[in-house]
Amino acid sequence: MSAPVLSVQNLQTAFRIGGQWRWAVEDLSFDVAPGQTVAIVGESGSGKSVTALSIMRLVSAANGRIEGRIALEGRDLLALPEEEMRKVRGNDVAMIFQEPMTSLNPVLTVGFQIAEVLRYHRGLDRAAAEAEALRMLERVRIPSAKARFSNYPHQLSGGMRQRVMIATALACKPKLLIADEPTTALDVTIQAQILELIKTLQDEEGMSVLFITHDMGVVAEIADRVVVMWKGRKLEDAPSAQVFNSPVHGYTKALLAAVPRLGDMLGHGLPLRFPRIDPDNGEVRGQPVEAADTVKAGEAPLLEVSGLTTRFGIRGGVLGRLRGRVHAVEDVSFTLQRGETLALVGESGCGKSTTGRSILRLIEPSAGTVRFGGRDVTKLGKADLLDVRRSMQMIFQDPFASLNPRKSVGSALAEPILVHGLAKGTEAQERVADLLRRVGLAPEMGVRFPHEFSGGQRQRIAIARALALSPKLVVADEAVSALDVSVKAQVLNLMLDLQAEFGLAYLFISHDMAVVERVSHRVAVMYLGEIVELGPREAVFSDPQHPYTRKLLSAVPVPDPARRSLRRELAVDEIPSPIRTLDWSAPRQTLVETAPGHFVRQAL
Amino acid sequence: MSASVHDAAPVAPPRLRWLKATISAFNANKTSWVGLVIVVAVILAAVLAPVIAPHDPLEQNILSRLQPPHENYYLGTDYFGRDILSRLLYGARISLVIGIASTVIAMLAGSLIGILAGWYGGRFDVVVMQAMDILLAFPSLILGLILVAMLGPSMENITIAIALTSIPSFARIARAPTISVKERDYIEAGRALAFSDARIMARHILPNIFPEILVMASLWLANAIRTEASLAFIGLGVKPPVATWGGMIREGFENILDSYWLVLAPSLAILIIVFALNILGDGLRDAIDPKLKGER
Repeated sequence: MSAPVLSVQNLQTAFRIGGQWRWAVEDLSFDVAPGQTVAIVGESGSGKSVTALSIMRLVSAANGRIEGRIALEGRDLLALPEEEMRKVRGNDVAMIFQEPMTSLNPVLTVGFQIAEVLRYHRGLDRAAAEAEALRMLERVRIPSAKARFSNYPHQLSGGMRQRVMIATALACKPKLLIADEPTTALDVTIQAQILELIKTLQDEEGMSVLFITHDMGVVAEIADRVVVMWKGRKLEDAPSAQVFNSPVHGYTKALLAAVPRLGDMLGHGLPLRFPRIDPDNGEVRGQPVEAADTVKAGEAPLLEVSGLTTRFGIRGGVLGRLRGRVHAVEDVSFTLQRGETLALVGESGCGKSTTGRSILRLIEPSAGTVRFGGRDVTKLGKADLLDVRRSMQMIFQDPFASLNPRKSVGSALAEPILVHGLAKGTEAQERVADLLRRVGLAPEMGVRFPHEFSGGQRQRIAIARALALSPKLVVADEAVSALDVSVKAQVLNLMLDLQAEFGLAYLFISHDMAVVERVSHRVAVMYLGEIVELGPREAVFSDPQHPYTRKLLSAVPVPDPARRSLRRELAVDEIPSPIRTLDWSAPRQTLVETAPGHFVRQAL
Repeated sequence: MSASVHDAAPVAPPRLRWLKATISAFNANKTSWVGLVIVVAVILAAVLAPVIAPHDPLEQNILSRLQPPHENYYLGTDYFGRDILSRLLYGARISLVIGIASTVIAMLAGSLIGILAGWYGGRFDVVVMQAMDILLAFPSLILGLILVAMLGPSMENITIAIALTSIPSFARIARAPTISVKERDYIEAGRALAFSDARIMARHILPNIFPEILVMASLWLANAIRTEASLAFIGLGVKPPVATWGGMIREGFENILDSYWLVLAPSLAILIIVFALNILGDGLRDAIDPKLKGER
């Protein structure tokens, strides 16, 4: 093998926090060979992003220090003067980030921003730089690049912005591209496109890629070699196939066991719990257990939604006249039994969250009925609505935003109990303690404030709060999407336990197909505000009928390098917008039952 | 009402930490300590005026009128032979009482209006905030002047007039963070938990926007004191012979050419307290802002 492009030896990076030096990366060594893709995987706080910043020397000198040796083609980057380093950045090493909107300047056109890099780094004159920038936009397969050249960042979609970022990064033909979670903020079909683009460009340019991610599926899809990091240390460093097939370190095993894999569920009719794993030695304690059958199929449905429609007006012009409407939810109908989990899946903007909020009437629906326990929620007066809402609770995506930062956890949990007069005094305290125990936290933790908890713990608290009023239905809006893999598995197990214990019905809103396959009984796929396919989980996943469902399923990265999907064509489809003109009327379509309980939307 | 026992003693450590964080942030901006010390000193002087004033502020002594500062009268005497230092100390009481009372009234009313407008939004918000903007378009002195002229120059009326001039500012400062906090998931969770609107506003929104309102109050206190002095200067203050800083400047103005100290002492007093309140307010703002960032 030829000499490595990047060689990191004994890297140590420390930050000064409150007067003390804390190591973020300790004694890390790895190599990146020419043309190779190395993935650094780890959960939050593992030091993977700090490693990327250290290589670029973007750690602030005042509060951080980097030791060790980082050699780019034999040249020690840590020994270079700042002036030289500036030439290395962009020219030899380029970087793309998670959030392309904040990485692009909103007041400059994308063409200008790429051309600027070319003029600065490659010394091209204006005309040459613009011509080259246009060529770069075409290279990253942006459709009608010429028209896009003079667009501003906000006029592009997230996927297109990430393409622009890649074009900017590649403008100077770097030897190494560092990609820090470049697809995390993107929808799964867009993520597949971007990963494919990076692979293709890598072949064309012959550059090396250092790919930083938390997603084992993405790793399997793209990496030749994997470095697993945990709390600033390297645990494993091996070719991808070896890491996935025979992981050495316990943590890697635990991490892999906690990853839901699409297709894992063949032959399982019911949701499957994640195995319990000791994160210190990686021992799997007990095999994954199928959850008990909690669905009360014989009873009348707990929730009946029919023809639910939610639209938002878009006003414009001087007089604020109605210009168009966002058809967020269009004619959505489904039922939910007690003890059942119905998953609403779809990509951003498909209306799945709006559906959940419309059911609780946190957003007023425009039409349709929502019958909950026999009462039509949409027709209730204010007092009755408050009464019904006690039985319908919600868990949110961001555990940091869903708790009031100025209330102790105990008082946040006690508040609903006291307000609704369910208990008083010591009895209320006991209930709070019991709720905390139920979600696996110690009752003594009630005196603490939300910022003293980790993300996973906060999500447990949010779940406990939702349970305080003993609801029958819980709407979980991307409830585990922001959590690390291992924490995600624990929270999902908790949700399954609670379902078994209290007979909860879940409306599980998620974009993550693998998680949905693991926990749901039935699945509804949403696209542009409509349910395009609805059916038993096994039927939808093993025999998808609607083209969109198939596309969605094929885009999900599978955490197994052996099953790395064949090169897909370089698609540039975007998710269409649900904004319509005032006179728009929906094409006449209906749900057709193709198999018992399996419905697909088809044109009439 | 007691939310739960968890709100009792064990909560103290995080609160103390908050206090410590505020003190250390105050330390980062040393001048704010100067502001705090001066404000506390002025408040003490006003409270202790009956004890420390060397003379009765209303006692006229025709024989020793218009005397320059010397050992009997540290700051001299005015046209009626009253001790300027004593009048200054008693005048601080009027300034502080009117300033603090009007700011508290404005803070309560303005925050209530701002939170309601921000929470309910829509047409209610537009109408209320337009009304506030109209009030804001008047210079506060002109508005105060009109109101006092209409109501009559008593201490209560002056307080109400000054409060009215600053309500729009508080409404604005309360409305903006209400709108951003309203979008947070924990507010939505509160709605899902079937809490009433009043409860969400009082128990969940108010504590989150209170620091910003408090900073605004410290800055507006200076403004209120200045407005009170201005009203007194143009003759619409608390009626003579009660000592007010603005009134002292007005009385001294007639003799400014040969007895400059009549005007100098109250002018400096106003300058110092306004300056001190402003740097204290800036310090408070610096102390509270980074903490909010760290918490999110």
